[in-house]
Amino acid sequence: MNADVTSELVAAILILTGTIFSFLSAIGIIRLPDVYTRSHAASKSSTLGVMFTLFGAFLFFLFADNYFSIRLLLGIFFVFLTAPVSAHVICRAAYRSSVEMSSISVQDDLKGAFRNEQEDA
Amino acid sequence: MIEIILMLSLGFLALSMMATIFRLVIGPTTPDRVQALDILGINLISAVAILSVLLKTHAFMEVILLIGILSFIGTIAFARFMERGVVIERRRHK
Repeated sequence: MNADVTSELVAAILILTGTIFSFLSAIGIIRLPDVYTRSHAASKSSTLGVMFTLFGAFLFFLFADNYFSIRLLLGIFFVFLTAPVSAHVICRAAYRSSVEMSSISVQDDLKGAFRNEQEDA
Repeated sequence: MIEIILMLSLGFLALSMMATIFRLVIGPTTPDRVQALDILGINLISAVAILSVLLKTHAFMEVILLIGILSFIGTIAFARFMERGVVIERRRHK
């Protein structure tokens, strides 16, 4: 019984860690200056947070009910696969629809290549 | 003890969803808003996971997968719309 409570506590602390990661990502979404830095904060730490949370839930059901939830594992895998891709397409759409970078940015390596491509087309 | 920790993490999640909704409202450009909606969907996934742990039920696992897939498809569709003006292109016969 006692060991059961301890392992469920580990799962709950994993869940708490994940939500704290989500909270830090939300602070980044509010405070960072332009869409590219915000996407950097949002995609990475939010993905890690939701993976922590889903893994905590998976461990909880494994310890509490001896229930191996393959759907939660599929959810972890799917979020890990798709969240960086969606951040990539949003940033690409933002750059190609010429959303400005913030004024403290110092380097834009994509500018020359993008202008060449525009002239070719 | 475990209920208290889960309630605390739901509170953190609610705070982060409120911050994301704030960015969704004030976001100066369309990609900001699409990004905020994407992160909102991801936070919703973890909220469903925490609720299913709190209620000790296995009934909501499909909801987690479903929200993940729908949020990804919606984000991709919006990004294509921002980039090319259409979501599904028509191929012209030559």
